[in-house]
Amino acid sequence: MSFTPDIQAFCCHYTSQQAIAEAAEQLKADGMPENVTLNRVVCTGKLQEVTILKAFENGADGVFVVGCPEETCHNRKGSARAAKRVIAIKNSLEELGLGSDRAEMFHTERGFHPEFVTAAQTMNDRITAMGPAFGDSK
Amino acid sequence: MIVAKRKPVNEILEMVKDAKKVLVLGCRSCVSVCSAGGEREVEILASLIRIGMKKAGKKIKVIEGSLVRQCDKEFIASIDDWKGKYDAIVSTACGVGVNFIANLREKDVVYPALNTTFMGGSEEQGIWAEQCAGCGDCVLHLTGGLCPVVRCAKSLMNGPCGGSVGGHCEIHSSVDCVWQNIHDRMDAIGQSAGMDRIAPIRDWSTSTHGGPRTEVRDDLTV
Repeated sequence: MSFTPDIQAFCCHYTSQQAIAEAAEQLKADGMPENVTLNRVVCTGKLQEVTILKAFENGADGVFVVGCPEETCHNRKGSARAAKRVIAIKNSLEELGLGSDRAEMFHTERGFHPEFVTAAQTMNDRITAMGPAFGDSK
Repeated sequence: MIVAKRKPVNEILEMVKDAKKVLVLGCRSCVSVCSAGGEREVEILASLIRIGMKKAGKKIKVIEGSLVRQCDKEFIASIDDWKGKYDAIVSTACGVGVNFIANLREKDVVYPALNTTFMGGSEEQGIWAEQCAGCGDCVLHLTGGLCPVVRCAKSLMNGPCGGSVGGHCEIHSSVDCVWQNIHDRMDAIGQSAGMDRIAPIRDWSTSTHGGPRTEVRDDLTV
């Protein structure tokens, strides 16, 4: 049975410039999976754990966060804080039996970089292989 | 403050496995400050319960609330605000809060979401350390303000012991020998003569060894 995962991406204002600048069609042409929903936040350091959990509550099969490289975060420690929160989420997901790999943190350079799309493709491949987060109970 | 940490989520899910409506009830006092049971942690736990139950294929309604404190009768009474909306309360207060709900609300089922760990302070952001045992017979005026009851692994009243090595405790090299610290501090504040005093055998009846403790203030009771 084919499975198209619902994947929610949370990207900071700077690392998601590609998504801001390019229209949906261009993003698709760049290879961005259509089932990845981009959610832009001012800084990943502002992203709360509960926001990521709500995404799963609302049916996401996978969630990833894209922030600046830790050493060059626009807000100094924002992406480092986000990475720690993602680890907390991964621990909770593992404990709940959903699998820690359903959440991930990526650090990419600001601006237009193929790594942004690569991160989405990586998660799409991973979550597709893992299957639905909630089985038939979704 | 009272420091606590959340129990493993599966332990909490086991508690509420038969509930249909759960109130996750936070405490905006100590456990809020130590990021274990305040409003933010209530949101997280409520979400984890929903996700866990969804994963298990069970339906549950989880509502969220919080009280200023869960260690005063007046605030516990306001749980009536959620009357009829829950069949179990998951309290993210310390053990005092859970006891108070159990003491005062005859019909309510209440479960603890936290493990209450100690009375301590925040050394750095995200790091807490035990500082007081609540032993009921404070000796800090004799020890330069540093507590040998809880910060010495043996609760020695005359230290250090032979396990003090290089200023560290023999239980682990990461633990300071508080008696070394006490001697150093008494020197620093000009009270080193106090270290010649031999503490007498201690009466532990003021601590938990004497059973549950109650404090009555006649000037405050009405």
